[in-house]
Amino acid sequence: MEFRKKRKLIEGLAFGVIRLSTVIICLALAIMLGFILLYGYKAITWTFLTQPPTEAMTKGGIFPAIVGTFYLTLGAIVVAFPLGVASAIYLSEYARQGRLVRFIRLGINNLAGVPSVVFGLFGLGLFVVFLGFGSSILSGSLTLGFLILPVIIGTSEEALKAVPQTYREASLALGGTKWQTIYKVVLPAALPGILTGSILGIGRAAGETAPIMFTAAAFYTPKLPSSVFDEVMALPYHIYVLATAGTHIEETRHLQYGTALVLIALVLGINLVAIIIRTKIRRKQTY
Amino acid sequence: MKRARLSKIKEPVIENLFLLFALTSIIILALIVVFLFKEGLPIFGKVSIKDFLFGKYWYPTYDPPEFGILPLIAASILVTLLASVIAVPLGVLSAVYISEIAGRRIQEILKPIIELLASLPSVVIGFFGMVVLAPFLQDVFDIATGLNGLNASLMLALMSVPTISSISEDAIHSVPRELREASLALGATKWETISRVVIPASLSGICTAAILGMSRAIGETMVVLMVAGGAAAIPESIFDPCRPMPASIAAEMAEAPFRSYHYHALFATGVVLFVMTLLFNVIADCVSHKYKQVGTATL
Repeated sequence: MEFRKKRKLIEGLAFGVIRLSTVIICLALAIMLGFILLYGYKAITWTFLTQPPTEAMTKGGIFPAIVGTFYLTLGAIVVAFPLGVASAIYLSEYARQGRLVRFIRLGINNLAGVPSVVFGLFGLGLFVVFLGFGSSILSGSLTLGFLILPVIIGTSEEALKAVPQTYREASLALGGTKWQTIYKVVLPAALPGILTGSILGIGRAAGETAPIMFTAAAFYTPKLPSSVFDEVMALPYHIYVLATAGTHIEETRHLQYGTALVLIALVLGINLVAIIIRTKIRRKQTY
Repeated sequence: MKRARLSKIKEPVIENLFLLFALTSIIILALIVVFLFKEGLPIFGKVSIKDFLFGKYWYPTYDPPEFGILPLIAASILVTLLASVIAVPLGVLSAVYISEIAGRRIQEILKPIIELLASLPSVVIGFFGMVVLAPFLQDVFDIATGLNGLNASLMLALMSVPTISSISEDAIHSVPRELREASLALGATKWETISRVVIPASLSGICTAAILGMSRAIGETMVVLMVAGGAAAIPESIFDPCRPMPASIAAEMAEAPFRSYHYHALFATGVVLFVMTLLFNVIADCVSHKYKQVGTATL
């Protein structure tokens, strides 16, 4: 009896520790979001969202940074979406288990693990210097696009694999070729999942700072970009600049909180949309 | 008939086209290596590889400059290890909670929360560490500055928890149900089943998770750039300001004159960082492949 009690006690203790660690994680997230919401919402005004910074970035808004982040993110997804989906189609539909596939997967996994600042160096070396694009939307988008490529491949492949084998067999039995099957049967069925993955990729690209520091981001530029060869301001870089490099770091604190809040709202909003779509797909999936 | 013949030519062409796309990741990885080395190697005309890696002084702008990145490597290792000590238990235990203990509804709330944490931009986490945690640490420990190795480690831990948690959870989830049932049927409590059956069975996945979490921490840039304090000296304690490799690259690249030794040295630091994360990833890949759990037969 005594022994049994002891075991139950140990179990209770262990579960307590396990619960506690989960609570710590949630609490950390809540505190962080809480602080930024609490101090950030006061900065959010119509002027803040629609005007460029003024008076050496101590007043005014963040409109050019919002526009810059929009262009960079759009460019990144334009680069990564076709490459990523095509890679996923190969891996899921054509590839046979073997050395080549193992090699490709190792490449994708390692690409996913490359530090973001190394992507920045790579973008600087290849796009800015070697190809002569300069610090521009083009260089930044390509760098960010390559950064999110593994995300797109991973989620697209998962979506393609979730399409039941019977769909493919039915199409092939009707005389469809492999490509017709993929194009007309598998892709439409996997499309919602693929889009979810792309949305996650967009969220990731919008929040990255280090890859655009040397390839696209401008410290300050009030004018909006007119071509892909222009430098732009970007939300994440703007936070970094205001918080570390300004001459009035303390006075612009509210602008920093405000920019952080806008960025978080953007990124979390994008992710939330993706999560909701995915939950809906999973519920609807009858196969 | 004609169409059939046409598709006989078309189909292999399409397949090979897709193969080409699938190879882009490898090509990009190769390009990263090429350009890092291309811009990084010239520094070894100035200092030897040994002096670069083990030199204790990083004064790239002095005259004469010193290009020893040991302080940067030491700082990276310090913050990564400390971050893992915090993040691995938190991540693994939360994964155990989500997949073994929590009910379905709590599961459905917790999983998105972990994902949201993973999606927080690093610059925001760095900003939080700077303006909230740093003054707090300064008060609590009564130290000169809250921007130090400890602060960086805490923020890095927060960033790697989601990676560790979600990969561990996958591993725990894939442990066959019969194993748990067998253990419970023998009279073991739920905790005994978790600690002696489920965790050992998913250990390779949990190790992979820990390694990938560390890989994420060592390569993370904005957090260490903003909160580690920036002093390029070998840190003697966790309360010392330090300058991990990514911080050094990000902070100095803007001021380093184009193709100067300083510029090349920063690229070479990038090579070191790249090789380290590559090692982490290859090890993780080997662990997960070699000790892959296949059904119940290999236990």
